[in-house]
Amino acid sequence: MLHTVIQITLLLVSLSMLGLIYRVIKGPTIPDRVVALDAIGINLIAIVALISMIIDTYAFLSVILLLGILAFLGTVAFSKFLEKGEIIERERNH
Amino acid sequence: MTLLHWAILSPFLFAVLIPFLYKAFRPIHTGWFVLLLPVALFSYFIQFMPITRDGKVIKETAEWMPSFGIDFIAYIDGLGLLFALLITGIGSLVVLYSIYYLDKKKEQLHNFYVYLMMFMGAMLGVVLSDNLIVLYMFWEFTSISSFLLIGYWYHRERSRYGALKSMLITVFGGLSMLGGFILLYLMGGTFSIRELIAQSDQLMTSALFVPALILVLLGAFTKSAQFPFHIWLPDAMEAPTPVSAYLHSATMVKAGIYLVARMSPVFAETSLWLWLVGGFGIFTLFWGSFNAVRQTDLKGILAFSTVSQLGLIMSLLGVGAAALHYTHLDDNIYMVATLAAVFHLINHATFKGSLFMVVGIIDHETGTRDIRKLGGLMSFMPITFTVAVIGAFSMAGLPPFNGFLSKEMFFTGMVRVLEMDIFSLDTIGILFPVLAWVGSVFTFIYSMILVFKTFTGEHQPEKLEKKPHEAPFGMLISPIILASLVIVFGFFPNILSERIIAPAVAAITPSLVEEGHAIETHITFWHGFTPELFMTLGVILFGILLYQLLPKWRKIYSWIPERLTLNSIYDGGLVRGERAAFSFTRGYMTGFIRSYLVYIFSFFIVILLFSLWFKGAFTINTEELAPIGVYEIAIALLLVISSVTILFAKSRLTSIIALGAAGYTVSLFFVLFRAPDLALTQLVIETVSVALFLLCFYHLPKLSRHEERMKFKLENALISIGVGIVVTLFAISSYSTKLFDSISSYYIENVYEEAGGKNMVNVILVDFRGFDTLFEICVLAIASLGIYSMIKLRLTRRKEG
Repeated sequence: MLHTVIQITLLLVSLSMLGLIYRVIKGPTIPDRVVALDAIGINLIAIVALISMIIDTYAFLSVILLLGILAFLGTVAFSKFLEKGEIIERERNH
Repeated sequence: MTLLHWAILSPFLFAVLIPFLYKAFRPIHTGWFVLLLPVALFSYFIQFMPITRDGKVIKETAEWMPSFGIDFIAYIDGLGLLFALLITGIGSLVVLYSIYYLDKKKEQLHNFYVYLMMFMGAMLGVVLSDNLIVLYMFWEFTSISSFLLIGYWYHRERSRYGALKSMLITVFGGLSMLGGFILLYLMGGTFSIRELIAQSDQLMTSALFVPALILVLLGAFTKSAQFPFHIWLPDAMEAPTPVSAYLHSATMVKAGIYLVARMSPVFAETSLWLWLVGGFGIFTLFWGSFNAVRQTDLKGILAFSTVSQLGLIMSLLGVGAAALHYTHLDDNIYMVATLAAVFHLINHATFKGSLFMVVGIIDHETGTRDIRKLGGLMSFMPITFTVAVIGAFSMAGLPPFNGFLSKEMFFTGMVRVLEMDIFSLDTIGILFPVLAWVGSVFTFIYSMILVFKTFTGEHQPEKLEKKPHEAPFGMLISPIILASLVIVFGFFPNILSERIIAPAVAAITPSLVEEGHAIETHITFWHGFTPELFMTLGVILFGILLYQLLPKWRKIYSWIPERLTLNSIYDGGLVRGERAAFSFTRGYMTGFIRSYLVYIFSFFIVILLFSLWFKGAFTINTEELAPIGVYEIAIALLLVISSVTILFAKSRLTSIIALGAAGYTVSLFFVLFRAPDLALTQLVIETVSVALFLLCFYHLPKLSRHEERMKFKLENALISIGVGIVVTLFAISSYSTKLFDSISSYYIENVYEEAGGKNMVNVILVDFRGFDTLFEICVLAIASLGIYSMIKLRLTRRKEG
């Protein structure tokens, strides 16, 4: 029973991934794409969590955490790049 | 190491001292010190004469590389001793001559004598070694020292050209000879010439026998300047005259003769030997003498004359091989050819040495060697003239000089060829006496040109750089000694015969001596009204006639177009070879990485597919395959889509993002296949590398940021598809042929027991196989330091600023 539910959930998450990928490709602006990528990362978290339920292990919890951090960092870096034109600023005193 | 070994090596050891002597005793000509050594060696070797005369040999072994069968075996028999005496005897005379010839202030004497001593030691080593590899080593020493001596005046372009040419040709021959020696070793299992001779009957039946024969003969022919390899010798005349006299008439060019004579007992049973040695020899005789007539440079005449006389000796050695096929005769008439070869070898060394020295004197005293400028020197240089007459008449084969005797014996040998009924010699064998006779006529002509165009006729003082006068006495000593030897050997040939010639002939044809054939009878027998005498008379008559008519028939030399001469073939061959190599290299070394990748991948495909097909190695075994789930299919599709997107995306940015997608998909695979550590690492690394790609993209110059699809190239598509197919086929085959079980069960059992950890991947990384990890850390350290230094270190920019 639980297995079927997980499979259905996985299918749904995958479909939402497809929609997000469409947004990444289509655009039209860069912030659209960045937000879509961020959401894809979160969806990946969901997928990893569901898969680890299927294969019945705790080993991938750290992957979930890592994905969360990476998605956050990536989005912040992109936002900063869009805002200021560079990610790591040279003048540290400011 | 016995005294004999030290005697052979002594010139090398002495050569080390020469520069010190040169520096320490500037006022004294270095040659005087050097002179002591060859004289001492000559008197040392002369004491072996009674031993070889009794038919005994001396064999001393010094171990060098015993495990390879390579030992320095010094071996003295009649042939080796004859050559050793020639080398040291003429060596002494040449050193004496060079003392007066080379100026002590203007010349770099230490270089000269070091090279000369190196050469002398090398020659002694060649003729006194019984081990083929040691012989080869000394053989190449002669090539190298000859190269150095020819290029002694290295600031002259012609000297360098001559040195290079002789080096290329003789080293080519030397390497062929090494090949022949190795084949002999493969057949006989030994490098010792003695032992090879002992089993020559078995060697003949081997399939490698003919290749070995041809390779060894290549070495001998190139060294001894046989047709068509004679072209280096005339250009080697750019060397100082003592060198020409020593190397290019008396010793080095006879190394090939020595080799042929030495290897005769091994090879001479075949008809091929007789035809190659005899045939090339007789043609070289003709060609050399024919070309000598057209030369205008005195040394040029002597060079071609040397070529021709070497051909004479070679042809005699070839014909002498017939003696082995007539062992049933009591009176072995064919041995006379070998006898003549040895006798002429000595004679040639004496008269050609003296002639070279004469030419050197003329050059030294008049400033030119061109016979068109010379003439009427007889009254200025009476002694030189006398020596030249003796030498040239002996060379032409006139009585009462020694050349006459050996030429008579040469004719005897060649006429006897007609009586042979083996190897179809009875049909085309007629060429031997005919070419021999024609060659002798030309020999007569150029000998006369050499003497009469130089010493008689009109004196042309306006064309000469110096006022001619007689040479200093010291310069004349050596040619006078050689010329008196010419006369002594001419009148009393028998002082040589028993002491030197008979043992040498015995060494060349050992099998006949064992059967008790008498050699001595032939040597004393040199009188009588034989056909040879009439041939000589014919040579003299026709020679005089043609010499008188020389301006009329000189035109025939322009019949051969310049383009077809051997020299232009050699020069053109070098130029064409270099050009071809250059254009070949330029053709495939394009400088573009993409073409090198094309070569690498094409070879990858071709070689792997061929071996897969050739070995029939492709197998599919579906027994051990795991079932495929729906998630795997979904992720694989995702991977395919992102990979295809990388290839066909219009902008580079899309490709970078698609690459990131592919990386993330791979980490999903890791999750699915239960590799949490890999998944973690893959995620982080992929993020970092995508960031780095974006960094590169951001800094692209504006010009190359245009959005354009990758151009389609059929060649590249085929290669990439091919690589993919090959890798897939190999992966399938190797998965299908698992021969052994995995060793991972050991890790599973011992990961906690032995290593005290539960994460097996990490335990393997840092414990079971921590050594790899250490060096991967090292790789990362190198990479980061490399990046830092590439960014910080800007040497070029600083220079510009």
